[in-house]
Amino acid sequence: MTTTTRATIGLLARKELHDALRNRWFVLYTVIFAVLSLALSWIGLAGGQLYGLAGFGRTTASLINLIMLIVPLMGLTLGALSLAMEREQGTLLYVLAQPVVPAEVLLGKLLGLATALTTALSIGFGLSGLLLAWRGSTMGLGAYLGLFGLTILLALLSLSLGLLFSSALPRTATALGSALFAWLLLVFLGDLGLLGSALVLRIPVEQLFTLSLLNPLQVFKIAAILLLRSDLQVLGPAGQYAMHTYGMRLLPLSVGVLLLWSLLPLLPAYLFFRRRGAL
Amino acid sequence: MALLTIEHLTKRFGTITVLQDVSCTVEPGESVALWGPNGAGKTTLLRCVLGVLPFEGTIRIDGLDVRRQGKQARRLVGFVPQEVTFYPTLTVGETAAFFARLRDLDPEEARRRLAQVALDDRLDQPVRTLSGGQRQRLALALALLGDPPLLLLDEPTASLDVRSRAEFITHLQTLLDQGKTLLFSTHRFEEVEHLARRVLLLENGRLEADTTPGELARRLFPETTHYRLRLYLPEAQRPEALQALRAHGFEVWMNGHGVEVRVPADEKAAPLRLLSRAGFEVTDFELHT
Repeated sequence: MTTTTRATIGLLARKELHDALRNRWFVLYTVIFAVLSLALSWIGLAGGQLYGLAGFGRTTASLINLIMLIVPLMGLTLGALSLAMEREQGTLLYVLAQPVVPAEVLLGKLLGLATALTTALSIGFGLSGLLLAWRGSTMGLGAYLGLFGLTILLALLSLSLGLLFSSALPRTATALGSALFAWLLLVFLGDLGLLGSALVLRIPVEQLFTLSLLNPLQVFKIAAILLLRSDLQVLGPAGQYAMHTYGMRLLPLSVGVLLLWSLLPLLPAYLFFRRRGAL
Repeated sequence: MALLTIEHLTKRFGTITVLQDVSCTVEPGESVALWGPNGAGKTTLLRCVLGVLPFEGTIRIDGLDVRRQGKQARRLVGFVPQEVTFYPTLTVGETAAFFARLRDLDPEEARRRLAQVALDDRLDQPVRTLSGGQRQRLALALALLGDPPLLLLDEPTASLDVRSRAEFITHLQTLLDQGKTLLFSTHRFEEVEHLARRVLLLENGRLEADTTPGELARRLFPETTHYRLRLYLPEAQRPEALQALRAHGFEVWMNGHGVEVRVPADEKAAPLRLLSRAGFEVTDFELHT
């Protein structure tokens, strides 16, 4: 990568970050995430005083569920809006008419939005972390930081998927609609569909586990639970099968799958963007 | 060597062919108008030259292949789109600095270009509050960043009022005098008359003719082969000017303020030139059909 290319990507990323921090959707998500994570930590800590470790478990489980619900929504919508909105406004044509190539524009947007998302997550995690530390939580700092890292990966993969919709679809409404449908699919239908299919088709436990890896949210859940509890009993037979088969390799494997999910959508996103250009 | 070479350019959107086998060249310093009805392919041709749309055929800017060397080729091009949209959160100064940095230029260059189009007093004004004419001038300033030899303009005055249009055309004429090469699309014949030396006629995506503004006028207004040119001169000079023009074969007569000359459609400036060389003081003129 040449110095000019790095400078171009950096400039576009800074511009994207500047825009994201003024995007009302982004500000709203950030506030919601911060408030809910603070509230969950507070409630969890209160429960912990009454029920001991059970309270701590509830806090982490609630945090994981909150992350799985909100973070993909943040990444998918921000990604879906980015290229499509600029394309519709006409500013994308203007940028592409400059001495830049589509890959630089795509990477600049990815980098800028990833930084914005990391900032938003840092605010939520930071505030909750301060609260947990202040009230003397038993959650280890390492596990908490690990969960933060996994959440950034989840945000990144949602962002990549959002950018894929944004580069492939010409209109903002279509891109945003598709991103929201994908969110529904990943968050609700993926889980329920897998459960239903397992019951109706009597899928063997090893295939059930393999199928669950197709949903990045399930992979995140596996990695997060492993990080915080070191076992997957809460996931039932599939979790026990996974622990038995992969043991402690399961955590790096899950992180690897999440990384793969973050990078994979970028290739078709780039190809669509190059083919579609400013239109 | 031609500054812009287009060879067998074809552009399809799905099953619709928007440009078909278009070939042409533009020499350095030329001003070429793209003329044709809506849907003829003018905007698409400009976007292909910019390399922002995939296409079949070859386009070269100063020898650089737009498809394979797009980034380098676009350094030689300034672009003014039909509908100018800037980032609404930025000011004039921030917008100019952003696009200057995108071209690897010092932001001071942006300030110079803003001064060139008389926008340097609006650095802190948000771009969303600029008028149509100011936005178009900002687009021209950005197109001039890095002093590119080729300017592509897509109906640049379409959304401007009469005064802003006249100002914008004056800016373009100055740039032409400085040696810039212009390729612009337009629906206004007066722009072709004022700016173009050549006209590329597009019809249904095909290049129908490579012609002159005079020839275009004959096609558009076949009945208008001659105009009445009203020249305003000091009273004392009028009889002599009348004689000088008659001596060169012009049909001339006097009116209340000066003289009127019948001029062929493609020689409208000839009497002006003639009187100017002979030392007459033409203070103003009007053109009538």
